[in-house]
Amino acid sequence: MATKSETEEGSGLANGLFLFVVLLLFWMLLTGSLDPSEIITGAVVALVVTLTSRPHLAIYSGLRLTPKAILPIINYLGVFFWELILANIDMARRVLSPSLPLRPAVVEVRTDLRSPLGRLALANSITLTPGTLTVDVQDQTLLVHWVDTPPDIDIENATRKITTKFERHLKGFLK
Amino acid sequence: MRILADIFLLIGATFTLFGSIGLIRMPDVYNRIQAGTKAVTLGSLSLLIGIGLLYPQWWPKLLIIGLLILITNPLGSSTIARALLKSGVQPWKKAEAKTSEDNSNG
Repeated sequence: MATKSETEEGSGLANGLFLFVVLLLFWMLLTGSLDPSEIITGAVVALVVTLTSRPHLAIYSGLRLTPKAILPIINYLGVFFWELILANIDMARRVLSPSLPLRPAVVEVRTDLRSPLGRLALANSITLTPGTLTVDVQDQTLLVHWVDTPPDIDIENATRKITTKFERHLKGFLK
Repeated sequence: MRILADIFLLIGATFTLFGSIGLIRMPDVYNRIQAGTKAVTLGSLSLLIGIGLLYPQWWPKLLIIGLLILITNPLGSSTIARALLKSGVQPWKKAEAKTSEDNSNG
């Protein structure tokens, strides 16, 4: 919470602008036309939405959109889609094998990411990777349902592996 | 292009089918959520790519649909799982029946 006051002052406008641009981009992609009247309508709608969601804009202060962030974003997306494909093959294998190999458990995972947006991205990534489902997020602890928990190993170390592969890249563009 | 699109559509349909089988076979609700979320996310993305190859003029809209699925699907699953855990649904555990096998090692 200590970081909240210092980020809110300077970047309130930047956050609003960010949301406005994203919304307008969405509008343009959805309408699929560059007709001035379409763009003006979109701009009005985007402005209204931005203004009404002003109390919640602070969530975007977790973003670090600098040129340096481009590489981590690309890396993150690469890891993410690769893990998503692995997750599906893994799940298909479990679902189709007659013995239904499952050793589920709920484990706690620590994260270094502080911003709500960062933890949201991490939680979503964990949900879509092999055998893990984020159940709850409390401060910097994620509660993860793990389909195949190895029985006799150090849980602390094993869970680190779940987060670090994403955290490494997420830290590049999220706080 | 037609064949490539068909392959993507087929992959999407297959993974969605696996997800559905998972929903039936999994022992408890958390595992069902796992099977459902992952399979449906990749399955629908694959379907979207297939559709995009067949109808290139739809790319912008398909992109948005894919993006929204990627963000909202895991989020929804997590929220459901969280609600379940808070209302006291315990995760399923495999019955520890075969411990006698270990005795042979001494």
